[in-house]
Formats: sequence, C-alpha cells, structure tokens
Amino acid sequence: MPLLEAVNLKKSFGKTEVLKGISFSLDRGEVLAIIGSSGSGKTTLLRCLNFLELPDEGCITVGGQVLYDGADVSTLSDETIRQNRLHFGLVFQNFNLFPQYNALENVTLAPTLLKKGTQEEIDANARKLLDQVGLSDKLMNYPYQLSGGQQQRVAIARALALRPQVLCFDEPTSALDPELTGEVLRVIRGLKDRDTTMIVVTHEMDFARNVADKIIYMADGVIEEMGTPEEVFEHPQSNKTKMFLRGAQNDFS
Amino acid sequence: MSFLEVTAFLFDGFLISLLIFAVTLLCGAPLGLPIAFCSMSRFKPVKVISKVIVWIVRGVPLMLQIFIIYYVPGLLFHVPIFSRMDRFFFINYGIQDSGRIAAVLIAFSINYACYFSEIYRGGIESISRGQYEAGYVLGLTKSQIFRKIILKQVVQRIVPPMSNEIITLIKDTALANCIIVCEIIKQAKELAATKALIWPLFYTGVFYLVFVGILTIVLGRVEKKLSYFRS
Repeated sequence: MPLLEAVNLKKSFGKTEVLKGISFSLDRGEVLAIIGSSGSGKTTLLRCLNFLELPDEGCITVGGQVLYDGADVSTLSDETIRQNRLHFGLVFQNFNLFPQYNALENVTLAPTLLKKGTQEEIDANARKLLDQVGLSDKLMNYPYQLSGGQQQRVAIARALALRPQVLCFDEPTSALDPELTGEVLRVIRGLKDRDTTMIVVTHEMDFARNVADKIIYMADGVIEEMGTPEEVFEHPQSNKTKMFLRGAQNDFS
Repeated sequence: MSFLEVTAFLFDGFLISLLIFAVTLLCGAPLGLPIAFCSMSRFKPVKVISKVIVWIVRGVPLMLQIFIIYYVPGLLFHVPIFSRMDRFFFINYGIQDSGRIAAVLIAFSINYACYFSEIYRGGIESISRGQYEAGYVLGLTKSQIFRKIILKQVVQRIVPPMSNEIITLIKDTALANCIIVCEIIKQAKELAATKALIWPLFYTGVFYLVFVGILTIVLGRVEKKLSYFRS
C-alpha cells in the first residue's frame, strides 16, 4: 500500500483553474521530484498537501487514513486540518524562520508547544537534527546571523523535529546564491539515505535526476508526464516535456 | 511668590498632567488591541463599525471630545454626572475636580485607543504571510501562532510609532484645562490671573521638557532591548 495517495485534486482561484485533477501515489522512503515551468501548479499542489490551500475536489490519503476529502465536509474543520498538517512537513522557498528565536529555539518551538515529549527530549532531538544538517556550532545564532543556506538547513531541521511522514520542499534552493545551493541539496540527499519520504518541487534538474525515485512533470495544472528519472529525462513521451527539458538545459555551448 | 513656591504650585498641576498621562496609557493601550482586531475582522459589520468609530474619534478635535464627554450625559439624561461627582468627592473627601478629571480620562483613553489601534493594525498587517504559514505547517493553533510568533515581531515594529504617540500624549494633557482641570498650564494661568505673574506660564515648558527627556531615554532603551533580532 502506498504511503501517500492523492486522487483527482482540483483547485481554482476565482476563475483560474490551477490544478485540474492531479493524482499520484508515493511509497514509504521514496523521493518524488516535481518539475515544471512557473505557473504550472507545482507550488499549489504542495500547498494543498499541507492544507495551506484546501483543494476544491479530491482526496488525500496518508497511510490508509483519509485526511481530506473534498466531498466530505467533516474533514474540513479547523482542528482536523491542524492535526492533519502534522502528517506533512513543509520547507519554504524563503525559509520563513522565526526571527526572534535562535536556531535551536526555531527547532524546539513547535514540539514544545505541542507537548511532543519532555523538554530534555525535545532539546536533545533538536540538537541532534541541527548536528545532522551540519549546524551544531550555530545553535545560538539568530536567523539574521546565518547565511541563506544555513537558514534553509535550520528550516529543514525545524520541519523534521515533528517527525512528519512526508517532508515537502517548495523550491528549497530558489532563493539561494548558486554557491549555497549545494549545501542544502546535500542535506536533502542525506535525508534520502535515512529513508525519509520526500516531495521536492525544484528547478534543479541534475538534482531531480540523481536523487529522485520518481519524477512528475507538471504543465498547466495537469501531470503531463510521470515516471522514473530515466523515463522522464531520457525518454520523454510528450512534446511538452521534451520542449521543457530542452529549455531547462541552458545549453549555451 | 518665590521661585520655589511657584515651582511647587506648578508641580501640583504637573501631577495631574502625569495622572492623565498614566491612566490614558494604562487604559488606552490595551483598549486599542480589540479595536485593531475589529478593524481587521473578516466579519464586515464589525469592521465597518470599528472603522467608523476610529474615523470619528480621529476626525474630531480631542478638545471637542472632552466637552462632549463632560456635558452630553447631563444634557441627555438631565443628570450632570460629572458635576455631581465633583461635588460629591469635594464635600465628602475634599478631593477637587474628580468629575472633571474622570471625563478627561475617559475622553483621552478612547481617543488614544483609536490612535493606538491603527498603529497595532499596521504592525500586525506588516508581518509576512510566511510567518503564519510556517506556524500552520508546524501544526500550531492560531492563538499559539499569534502569541509565540507574531506578537514579538509586532511589538518590535510598533515601538517607534508608539514612542511618538506617547510623547505627544504628555503634551496633549494640557487640553484638560478646557474644562478647568487644574493641570500645569491651568495652574500657570491661575498665577497670571491672581498674582499677575506671566513667567510661570513659560516656565511650565521646563516640566514637559524634562519629562519628555526621561521618556525618550526609557523608550530608546526599550527599542534597543528589542533590537536583538531583525525581522
């Protein structure tokens, strides 16, 4: 049984239909990369999975439990949605760290408020996670004292602290200087080795090709192509995919 | 009258100025918060009512508002509440001006609450959507997000405009003399009328200057204390 199943997700903003029926599934420990040009609905899909937007139609199931069903209003209460968000973690494009807390406090805040263990456990876990993302010497630094790459790594540790079943990344390196993207991508790759189930919206084609188990290419609110990196990158079926990949190569030679 | 006697006489008045200042802050600052929330409410009628109140209170001179609070209840109900309060406290306890001061405190608190509410609203609305969303995806409740994430960033941002209002407030207290509350300017005018001394009127400026100097230092410290993070 897949860990995550999304069935026929639809979302419109006013008259603009952003998601036109998205279905996919993801197994435990798999990494899914979503690629596509801006405006194709990638970010909206991720926001729907984290319930920052509510899909108009469709179903989201995690581990056999139906979290969201557009046809079933009982899954729509504020409290249910809040609880359901805990199945997912989300790392934002522009980090969104809490500026008044240092790195350690950013990671411990949510587990502390949600009473996920004793303060000692929460603290020890946060230190372990920050060590894992290579920031054990920056525990007491405030976000403004950290580089973009370091801030994003704190954000990853913060998302991991609640042990989400699926960790989502919304273009995690798009706001970073080129020389800082590597450190963040290495951390994400390290998570794959620990069998973290992940969905990564990205423009980093090499990263998608080498790290993901599954690629979704989105265009105009639909899944244009889905498959292994080999299938999508080497033998794309649709013309749109071929065009996009050619454009993404940045071939100036 | 000696310089010291004049100083003591004026200081009595300045204590009333300080009382108006302190009570307005203590009542107006908290009262501004629900007004700010109402002005941001998604429920249209609440939002409209709140905005209209703020419009009226900010659109009418504070002196006029003092007159309205002081006289209108008496005109409406034929019971001059504040004048009776004046007489009652004077006859029983020898306290002067209590009703007049009460009217001034009410007018000032409402007036400043409306100004504060707009500062709060601006501060709250200036926090990026991403801060709320980061809280949401971590499974926090709306109230946890506001108290633990948003509030401190708002406080940091509103300290400078609040400092401005607070400094304006101590000087606005002089308006209380429009209904003959014996604040410091009224006391000085009293000296001009009864002792033909004009210089105490100018001397009152020193009281304000010293107090504003202290406020500037204290508020500067608060601002500095909150500058340990950047948002």
